Formats: sequence, C-alpha cells, structure tokens
Amino acid sequence: MAEVEATNQTLLVVGGGMSGITAALEAAEAGYDVILIEKNPYLGGRVTQLYQYFPKLCPPNCGLEINFRRMKLNPRIRFFTLAEVEKISGEEGNYNVTVKLNPRFITEKCTCCGKCSDVCDTEIDNPFNFGMDKIKAVYLPHEFAFPMRYVMDPSIVGTDEAKKCKDACKYDAIDLDMKATTFDLNVGAIVWACGWTPYDASKIEYYGFGRYKNVITNMMMERLASPNGPTAGKILRPSDGKEVKNVAFIQCAGSRDQNYLPYCSGVCCLASMKQSTYLRDQYPDCNITIFFIDIRALDRLEDFYTKVKEDEKVTFIKSKIASITEDEATGDLLLEGENTNTGERIQMTFDMVVLATGMVPNSLDLESAPSVSKDEYGFMTLDPNNTGIYGAGCVKRPTDVASSVQDATGAALRAIQSVTRR
Amino acid sequence: MEKKAALYICTGCGIGDALDIDSLKELATDDLGVPICKDHPFLCGAEGVDLIKKDIQDEGVNTIIIAGCSGRVNYDVFNFGPDKIVERINLREQVAWCQPPKEEDTQMLAEDYLRMGCSKANDTEPLEPYIAEEEYSKDILIVGGGVAGMTAALEIAKAGRKAILVEKEDKLGGFLGKMKKLITMPYKDLSDTGAEDLIKEVNENDNIKVYTSATVAKISGSPGLFTAEISADGNSVQERVGSVIQATGWTPYDASKLNLGYGKIKDVITNVEMEEMAAKGKITRPSDGKEVKNVLFVQCAGSRDPEHLPYCSSYCCLASLKQAAYVKEQNPEAVNYIVYKDMRTVGQAEDFYRKAQEDGDVFIRGSIVNINENGGKLSVETDDELLGERVNIEEIDLVVLAVGMVPTSQPDQIPRIQAPEGTEGADEEGMIEVMPDSGFFAKSALNLEYRQGPELPTLKYGFPDSHFICFPYETRRTGIYTAGCVRRPMEVVKAKEDAAGAAMKAIQCCEASSQGVALHPRAGDISYPEFNMQRCTQCKRCTEECPFGAINEDEKGNPLPNPTRCRRCGVCMGACPERIISFKNYSVGMIGNMIKAIEVPEEDEEKPRVIAFVCENDAYPAIDMAAIKRMQWSPYVRFIPVRCLGSINLVWVADAMSKGIDGLLFLGCRHGDDYQCHFIKGSELAETRLGKVSETLDRLALEAERVKFLEIGITDYNRIPTIINEFMETIDELGPNPYKGW
Repeated sequence: MAEVEATNQTLLVVGGGMSGITAALEAAEAGYDVILIEKNPYLGGRVTQLYQYFPKLCPPNCGLEINFRRMKLNPRIRFFTLAEVEKISGEEGNYNVTVKLNPRFITEKCTCCGKCSDVCDTEIDNPFNFGMDKIKAVYLPHEFAFPMRYVMDPSIVGTDEAKKCKDACKYDAIDLDMKATTFDLNVGAIVWACGWTPYDASKIEYYGFGRYKNVITNMMMERLASPNGPTAGKILRPSDGKEVKNVAFIQCAGSRDQNYLPYCSGVCCLASMKQSTYLRDQYPDCNITIFFIDIRALDRLEDFYTKVKEDEKVTFIKSKIASITEDEATGDLLLEGENTNTGERIQMTFDMVVLATGMVPNSLDLESAPSVSKDEYGFMTLDPNNTGIYGAGCVKRPTDVASSVQDATGAALRAIQSVTRR
Repeated sequence: MEKKAALYICTGCGIGDALDIDSLKELATDDLGVPICKDHPFLCGAEGVDLIKKDIQDEGVNTIIIAGCSGRVNYDVFNFGPDKIVERINLREQVAWCQPPKEEDTQMLAEDYLRMGCSKANDTEPLEPYIAEEEYSKDILIVGGGVAGMTAALEIAKAGRKAILVEKEDKLGGFLGKMKKLITMPYKDLSDTGAEDLIKEVNENDNIKVYTSATVAKISGSPGLFTAEISADGNSVQERVGSVIQATGWTPYDASKLNLGYGKIKDVITNVEMEEMAAKGKITRPSDGKEVKNVLFVQCAGSRDPEHLPYCSSYCCLASLKQAAYVKEQNPEAVNYIVYKDMRTVGQAEDFYRKAQEDGDVFIRGSIVNINENGGKLSVETDDELLGERVNIEEIDLVVLAVGMVPTSQPDQIPRIQAPEGTEGADEEGMIEVMPDSGFFAKSALNLEYRQGPELPTLKYGFPDSHFICFPYETRRTGIYTAGCVRRPMEVVKAKEDAAGAAMKAIQCCEASSQGVALHPRAGDISYPEFNMQRCTQCKRCTEECPFGAINEDEKGNPLPNPTRCRRCGVCMGACPERIISFKNYSVGMIGNMIKAIEVPEEDEEKPRVIAFVCENDAYPAIDMAAIKRMQWSPYVRFIPVRCLGSINLVWVADAMSKGIDGLLFLGCRHGDDYQCHFIKGSELAETRLGKVSETLDRLALEAERVKFLEIGITDYNRIPTIINEFMETIDELGPNPYKGW
C-alpha cells in the first residue's frame, strides 16, 4: 500500500456510520482534508440496517444517498473501507496513526456485474441480517452498498470455490493473494465515531434469547421489516416462517438495570413504537403489546407516541416482564410478570417477542493509544483538558440519528479547532 | 467553449449481450452527428479510461458522453476535471439489466437514451461558479447571548474566526445566568453552572464582539454578503457577516393558563421561579417567607397536553430532580414529592434519577386533580396510577410546576385560511389553521429583508427548523442556522453541543458561499440559476415559490436573485411560465429537447411511449436498485432524472403530449407533515402544478389519466415494476395519443 498523504492539518474520522460520515463531510465542506476509515466493507454503519427512521417513517438510504453524493463531489475526503485503527501515538496537532486494511479480495476493477456470485456455491451466514439468512461467500453487502463493490469472505480464499469465482470474473477484479496491509497516517485531530453494538440479549437469561427462536432483538426486527432483509420485508416469525398475529415488545430489556446496562438508551421506546407501525402496516389484525417502565419520547417525538397510542391494536402495559417460557410444540411464548399499574399478575402468550435492547458504546479502547476521558459506562466524554481526540455520536451517549448528526457536526468543529491551534 | 463531443459505449456488464452496439454507433455518428464514437468491453477499467483520456489529449474532446453504467457509480473514474462536460447514459441498470436482451424494444429504448443523452450534452454549458463583486465576509452573527449563543461564539473564536454576539438584555447569560446549579454529565451530582466563567471568557475573547442591550434591526443581503444593522443602546451599528446563528432560546410556558392554582395560590410557583429563588439563597414560601419543608413537583405542567404544549420539553424531569436536591440540601428532613407521567431521564441521566430514589424523594405516577390551600399549607389531590386510587397529599409548603419550553420563534398568530367544506377542525366560519409557510409569522429576532418575510419560517409548535432527521441543522433560509432551545427543547449540556454544531455549519456556509459553491443538499454544486430578465412578466411565481426565500423583488415585481441563498433545486425554473430561468447544465429548454429527441413510433406500430420524470435522489436510485435485482418492466418508459420534482415545468407536459407521448409519470418524494423532499416543498409544488395541467390536456382534448403523480421512496424499488406496468395498462385502455406523427 502506497503512503497515504496526510499532514498535521488533516483530520481523521474513525467510523463510517452516520456520525462519522457527518463529521467528515461537515469538515471537508468547510475546506479541511479528511480521511475516513470504516471497518465494514461499506459505509453507512448501523443505519443501513434500519428499515425506517422514527418519527417520519422515512428510509435511511435517502439521507445516505445525499451524503454519499456529497462525498463523491468532494475531493477533500478520502475514505477506506475494511480498515481499522491499530495504534495511535502523539498528541493534539500531531498524531501518528497506524491503520490496518483488511483484504477485500476484490479490486477496484469490480463492475458489480455479479458473475462471481452467480457461480459461487458456498454460502455463509449473512452478517448484514444478523445471520437470519445465508448469502453467497462472494457478495455485495447490500444493494445500496457504497462503495458499490463486491467482497469475498476470507473463509473461501484458498479453496477451489474461490478460484472458480476468480475465473468467472471477466474484469480480472478478484485478487486471491490480497493480504492485510498497514499504513501510517500523520493527522492533527481524530474524531472517534465508531457507534455502538447492540447489548448482548443472551445475557438476560430469563428472556431466553438464543434459546427461543421467536425471541428476537429490535435490530433483528429492523432486518425482518426491510425490503432487503432475510424475508424480503415480510415480517415472519423465525421458528416456522408463519405470519404473526400477536407480538410483544419488552422495553428496557437489560436497560435501566444495574445487573446489565444501568443507563437508558434513549431510543428504544421510539424504536419499538416505530416497529409496531411496521407490524400494523403488514397485518391489519395483529395485536401488539408494549411492556414498559416509562415511555421516553422526548421533545416533539411525543407526537409519535400520541399517534401510536391512538391505534387500538397497540396496548401499553407498565410492567417489567420477569420471565419468558417457550411452548416447545408451537414455538409460542409465555410472558409472566406483574402489571405495575393494577398489581395483577401477567400471564400472556405471544407468537413473537421483540426485546428492546440498548446500546453499548464502541469507544476508543486500544492498547496503544493516548488516554481519552470516559464515564463509568465507557462513554467518551468531552474533557477540556484532554483535547485532540473527540467522540461523536453514540460513543458519547446513547442517542437517536438526528442527535448523532448534531453531535458529529459539533465534533467536526472541535477537530478543526485542534488543527487551528497548531 | 467550442464543444467537441465523443461517445463511448461500454459493452461490459451484459450491455454488449443485450444490445446491438454497432447499430447504436451508427445512430450516434450518422443521425446524431457525434464526431467520435467508440465502444470498449470494460470502459471503467484502466484501458477504457485511457482511451478517453487519449481522445481528450489528442483530439481535443471536451464533452464526454458515456453510455454504460448508472451515473451513481464510477463517478470518480469518469471524472476528467471541472472543465470537461461529462454526460452519463444509463444503458446498464436502466436498459440491459431490466429488459430482455436483443429485443427490438430493448434496442429502441437504448437508442432513445442515446438521443436524449446526446441532446443533453449538446445543451450543457461548462460551469463557472458565481462570485460576487463585493467582498465576502466570514464573520458570523449570533443572535442571543444565552448558553447556546455564548458557546457558539466561543467555538467560532476557537476556530480562529470572528463572532458578533447580540444580546437583548444588558448582560450575557440568559437562563444559565439565573441558575443555581447544573445537573450535567456524568449526572452524579450537582455542579456549578459555569455561567460566570463562560461570560468572562466571551467578553475577554478578542475574536468576539459583544453587543448587549441590543437587537437586530435589519439583516439584508445573502450568505457571505449579509449586512446586519444592530441597534445597541439607541445607536445603530452596521456589521458585515457571512452567516447567522439564531440562538434566541425559549420562554417558559404561561402557567396561569393551567388549572393548577398558579396566580391564585401564592405558594404555587414555576420551576423557573424556583430556580431563581434558589440561586438567590433560601427556598422559602412566597406567602409567608418561611423556609420550605415539603415540596411537591408537578411534572408535565401543561406539557404533553394537547390543550397546552403537546410536546415534551425533555429538560423538566431533570430540572425537578435537581431542585428536589436543593430542597434536601437546605433541609435534610424535607420531603419531595414528584408527581409524574413518565420519568424521562434519558441516557446516563438515569443515574441521577436513581440517586433521587435512593435519597428518599417520593415519586408518584399519576395526575393532579386539585391543589387546595388551607391553613397556610397546601394539599394536593392526586390520582395515583400505581395505587389505583385518589390520594391527598397534605402539609405541602410549596408546589413547583415543571413548565415546558416555548421557542422564542413561536408565532403570535397562526395563519388561517378558508378550508374546503366539511374539513375536519374548521371553525364556524369554515376557517382552519395552517402551518405558517413563510417568514411573516415568527416573533421578531432577525428582521430579514426577504421577500418571503422577516423571520425563519416555523413548522409545528413554532420551531424554526425543517424536521430533517439526517440534517437537523437545516432551516428554510440558507446560511441562517438555529441553535439551542429555539431549535428544539433541550438541557444545558445539549445546548452547548448544539451550538458547536451550528457554529460548524455557519463557518462552512461562509467558506462555500465565498467560493460560489452550493450548500446542502446539493453541496459542491457550482451551477446557479440565471434569469433572462427581458422576457420576465413580473408574475412573481419564482419569488413566491422558492422554498428558501432566495429571490427578492423590486417594486415593479421583477425578481432579484441572490445566488448565495440558492440551493439549486430549480423550483423557480419549474415555476416560470416564460421559461426565463436556466442553469448552464439544467434548463427548461434542455429537458424539452430531450423530450423532443425521443422517437415516437407511429400509432399502428402499437408501441406506446411514456416519459417518467424522476427525483434524482430517491426515485432514480430506486429504479437502479430494482434493476440491480434484475426486476423487469415495460420497455416503453423513458426515465428523465430531475433535480427535484419541483423543477418540472408544465411546458414539458405540452412538449411531450403534442409530440405524441402517450403518458407522463412523475415520481417524487413524500410530502405533507412528514415530507421527505430535501427541498422541502418541491414534490408538493409539483403535484399542485400538475393539478392545473388539466387545462393543457383539455386544450389538447386529452384525458387527465395520462398524467400521474406518485410518491416513491428510495427503498420502494420492489414497487417499481408494478407502478410502471399498472400505468401502462391505463395507457393501453386510453389508447394512443392522437398527436402521434404531427
């Protein structure tokens, strides 16, 4: 890999999700050179997996399309996919960053014609759909993928299958000898926008996630509802592919609970209400029950809560569900707990349960990097005495898309201030 | 510039298998007169690109027409510098991948796209950015000296730029300056407000000029070139600025409108009054000056209430927890009751709620029935949801109403219009409230000298933004951003972060404007509309319809364009009945010529022709996606991407219909309350205009069903074949357009 040109006036943005893209674009459009690196083979991050945004119920790809267009038009941004930061040294105004580029096995010559995928017989669990379906081992991550280029799963490299794919490519775009490489960058400031990971729902044992097929997470629900998801957008329950008639959402699954995630992730109430509209659109007779502690629909998002409450098929019950058990024969799920309002015991059966799990920040956590300020939950904090590396978006606080964009815009300016000071 | 065009047809990715390339080349050279025409099996590869580069160098080619993949991909590969015109003809996604190979109709489709693309390239002129003669300013005006305004000023100064801060009070600080303590990250304990340090830092910063006891009397001009007239202490000062941040904050909701005893019972106060009292010293009862012991906080006082403030102000839960801590600090024996609907301590703020519960604050989920005064104490009757019964809480010294935030921009009056008969919500006279669609309604803050009103247009509840999830800083006036609680209700820490973001946008605006580059959403575009004033009839449609208020008017009604306010959507171009507004690379005539370039077969050939005008940001990619999925649809439809459906000019309907085109589809973004059009009103305007198209169709004696508007989102690709095929069925039923062959 040739040296990537950068100076102590260059900004590095780590993480190519909504926050990272925003930080990179806002700075570049103000005239600063930016390098953006992303670990996935495509940009867009978590929001590419969402079907719609609340409260407007609009597709995330619409805004991404605008942002990718901004990026295409702006020579000040250079971006790398399948890239990760390995090491950071130095200080504000002069960082040295080692970036590892993982092999894609597909070069710039790829035209996206799809011939390699046509001949490939090996299938892998589709990471984009949380393993709910299979995908060819050489694949386009999803149809809106940017950059629009295929990627080969390392598991088939070195096999005859890989050679078969290579032979099918008319454009000589498959390079099976591609190796991971590293390169060093000199940059003046760093925006860390690596987003979040869904809380591991299997840790909440009494909800049976991982054991009961029809207990899914809110992120899995997004994939089930998406036209490019495992069921082409039809929400079907995982155990038997049946249509759903009676679905429960459990809010704060692990959140606001000192045994799991003590904080509130801020978006899950709205996400579940949004997902109830997905169900209602597809199934006019579907009953939905949302079990909650407090419904947290901040500011004008209250309107969305008001709208969903008006739907007589959606019932809100204040309760922290204590346990889920599966009926092995039918795959149905029995929920037990106490209705906090009435004191009555709850025993209700559903055909699918969605766990509204929270966000775990992907903060800067490298062995070899300058120390950054964090709170006790690992969220990066803004510390006026420790500048140069700035968190943006959900590494700072669990938050929705609009607030992440807002935060990333501010983070871009703080990074600019760092290089201005030098 | 003398144009020399060359057409390159890529035969890779299945294009060569689907089409007769030689006959396409023949069409280009013989009929379309393109001097150079070549094909290549892998045009985006190094060899293909070199082929083009060689022609640029050796043959002086400066207009490059590439017939191959969609313009959405390989944008970087086919970029030959700003002085070259590049036109992309989408033969891959929108022909080869969605039509059966080697069919006559597939070939005809490709031929039409070639004709259209060459016509467009012929009409495209090279771009030069708009640069004003006046000097550009990169200073930033901030209106409002509270926490958001002060923070924005400092952030700008720290980036090495100059800020001008205007505050109406005689000192900076806003609500922050009136607070006792702050609850903020990491939400464990109360901290100092930091107001004094912040004010001092602002006042001492050489890059910040502060005007107190000052208001903005007038702002004229446009981004990069604004002149602000500031009235300060009775004097008028002029400042030239590049962009503006409105950080005018909020006012507390008027508690006397609530039926909670405020104004009647002295010991019922608001959270704002509580804060001010605590900041001054002891928390006492207004009635007798005695220190308080038992305090009851009423959450959502007027908030989340359709009769008052339907939204949640998001700060009040934390504010009450903070004030409850003041009470405990003053008297550890004191008891705080907090009556709430939902406790909304989001994110890490949950910690402070947990602490309040541990500290013994009493939380009651329910609603207030009554507040009574007897014997100097208050009793509060509450419906306790969790106990399921009505409880009476007695011996209360003080009731604090947690009132919400009203943005300072909220209009005094909401415009009302005569509604169609039977409209729900209309009053006795048949009038109904509508969203203020101009800047004439919001409360005075900026005094813009704009044709469409002096303030930022507001949306629901009077917030002056555009409700874009992906682009929260967008307002409907270019280069004017909002920050803090005028934008949306928020707590102090968020107002600070919000201010930093607004500062970023304001700086970016100054840079882009001075280089003649468009801002969001066509960031980077250097084209801009030019007006052929000789043919203007002063109809004012352009000045009225511009979603961003970019065009002013002289006293005779002539448009006065302000290119740095322009977002390049082309809504004005679509509005103009005289077709006098054009971009160098996008004009009424250019699209008209593309329509004329389509070959319409004779009636007896039974090959209808339909044109679909599609939004280039959403509908166009959706069509590409459908093709990537190898979906198929009628080969009789020709897609023309438009910057925004708002840029469609009705003359295109006449152009198409009089030529014998059988039907027109318009695919644009959703409009209404949850509009998705990134030019705000574009798709809505298109539908309104098309509503008037019946006149044109009547004149031609054609059926209204031949023209159809549809909302389509970028992920609606599964619907594309159905939409198109259903429309083709309608066209079949209507039969051919009788104007064919004229």
